[in-house]
Amino acid sequence: MDILLLLIPMSVVLVLLVGAGFWWSVKSGQFDDLEGPAHRILADDDSPAVLPPVPGGVDEAGRDGASLTSIKPGGGAAS
Amino acid sequence: MGVQGTAATFNYKVVRQFSIMAVVWGIVGMLVGVIIAAQLLWPELNFDLPWFSYGRLRPLHTNAVIFAFGGSALFATSYYVVQRTCQVRLFAGPLAAFTFWGWQVVIVLAAITLPLGYTTGKEYAELEWPIDVLITLVWVSYAVVFFGTIVQRKTPHIYVANWFYGAFILTVAVLHLVNSAEIPVTMWKSYSAYAGVQDAMVQWWYGHNAVGFFLTAGFLGIMYYFVPKQAGRPVYSYRLSVVHFWALIFTYMWAGPHHLHYTALPDWTQSLGMVFSLILLAPSWGGMINGIMTLSGAWHKLRDDPILKFLIVSLSFYGMSTFEGPMMSIKTVNALSHYTDWTVGHVHSGALGWVAFISIGSLYYLLPRMFGKTEMWSIRLITLHFWVATIGVVLYIASMWIAGVMQGLMWRAVNADGTLTYAFVESVKATYPFYAIRLLGGTLFFSGMLIMAWNVVKTVAGSKAVDAPIPAFNPAHA
Repeated sequence: MDILLLLIPMSVVLVLLVGAGFWWSVKSGQFDDLEGPAHRILADDDSPAVLPPVPGGVDEAGRDGASLTSIKPGGGAAS
Repeated sequence: MGVQGTAATFNYKVVRQFSIMAVVWGIVGMLVGVIIAAQLLWPELNFDLPWFSYGRLRPLHTNAVIFAFGGSALFATSYYVVQRTCQVRLFAGPLAAFTFWGWQVVIVLAAITLPLGYTTGKEYAELEWPIDVLITLVWVSYAVVFFGTIVQRKTPHIYVANWFYGAFILTVAVLHLVNSAEIPVTMWKSYSAYAGVQDAMVQWWYGHNAVGFFLTAGFLGIMYYFVPKQAGRPVYSYRLSVVHFWALIFTYMWAGPHHLHYTALPDWTQSLGMVFSLILLAPSWGGMINGIMTLSGAWHKLRDDPILKFLIVSLSFYGMSTFEGPMMSIKTVNALSHYTDWTVGHVHSGALGWVAFISIGSLYYLLPRMFGKTEMWSIRLITLHFWVATIGVVLYIASMWIAGVMQGLMWRAVNADGTLTYAFVESVKATYPFYAIRLLGGTLFFSGMLIMAWNVVKTVAGSKAVDAPIPAFNPAHA
């Protein structure tokens, strides 16, 4: 099983690289805040940009806002 | 709007292209799947045409669904997620365009060469060396575009989905390079750099890590972005998502030997593969629970939102197949399950239930946004798609489970005098009804994709492609 002489050292090198990545991410403060990032992606409003800002703030990416459906361009839901 | 292709907007063009092609290749790949399922039931459907025979179409099916459908979904979602979470336009636009066209050329070449019989014979790596070279070029470009975007990010934190995508891109690069090491003889013929059991070991080191990183880590990236976004709620535990990521990539690499139980592979290597496979249960279930519990306190959303149904049900299939997988890697279980249709059922529980469902959910989220719409043309059609696909998966998996266990039991049954109770062909005959049920399940799943295509056409028709502007960076939210 000569192939293990390639695969096992390579796994060791990869694990060391993963370890280095982990070390860097901890040291550079990637995980200092383990609450905020989960909320931040929700604050990023990626509903279609043709829409004006929703009065009263973010409404869950605009999906539930009744104010949004009225200005939906074209088509609309067939249902 | 109207400002397109400038630095002030996100690069939605490449996301749009990959999203549309994901639907197209999904239909093609699953159609080939339905054809080969029918050929198993009615061998006459091979028509004595070499290029239309089961042996040549089967690798076309696997390549089309994994790399064409799944790959396009991964490209589309990763390019979208990395831009939205880093709040910058995609790095190196022309290179991103090259990844799209390059990947499409790879797929078309696969669709031509595999039926013609050009194959390396390595599972999920059948493509011959010129295509392997092109894959390498596309993949390196993908890495440059993805990590270049991360480097240029305006947000200090790198969102967890990007970690999963990044691990998937890097690992697949290493896997592809090592496993596809081959010596070209002619333009369309090469020999592997490894021989015999060495080659088998490299092949399944590649094969299972392709499952782990292409079909798991990448799609977990999709899960960690699109489940919270569609639910409108933060992921259940961001801390757990970080633990999930590091635990998964630290422990994944050595599950491969479980594909080679009871072969010429040294016994201890087989046991090592089994142990690592069992360990994987922990991070996998951590992630599955994390995803599903994102809906904790808002389960009612599951009632009306078919996109959320796709995403959450995909997680339950992820949980099921990541439980089933470690169980099947146990040598005593594997003695029964190996080489039977149970394996086929297990693969499709992951491929249809997890990979396809989460891709479909994310595509339903992405496609309207790519064309300036708030939602798909018809929500009811998404609901219909969901139920047709779910019934299809259940029929598929259940029939293969029963067929597989039955085959395993028939093959090992011995008479009192030590002779085999059943001839092999008797187990084939007994499997016949289950092949029919599997064909029905696959056809249902395929029809779901046609419903999706119709919905996409109606959503896209008459609407303009839209590139969203990059919001002004607000440090207070950083």
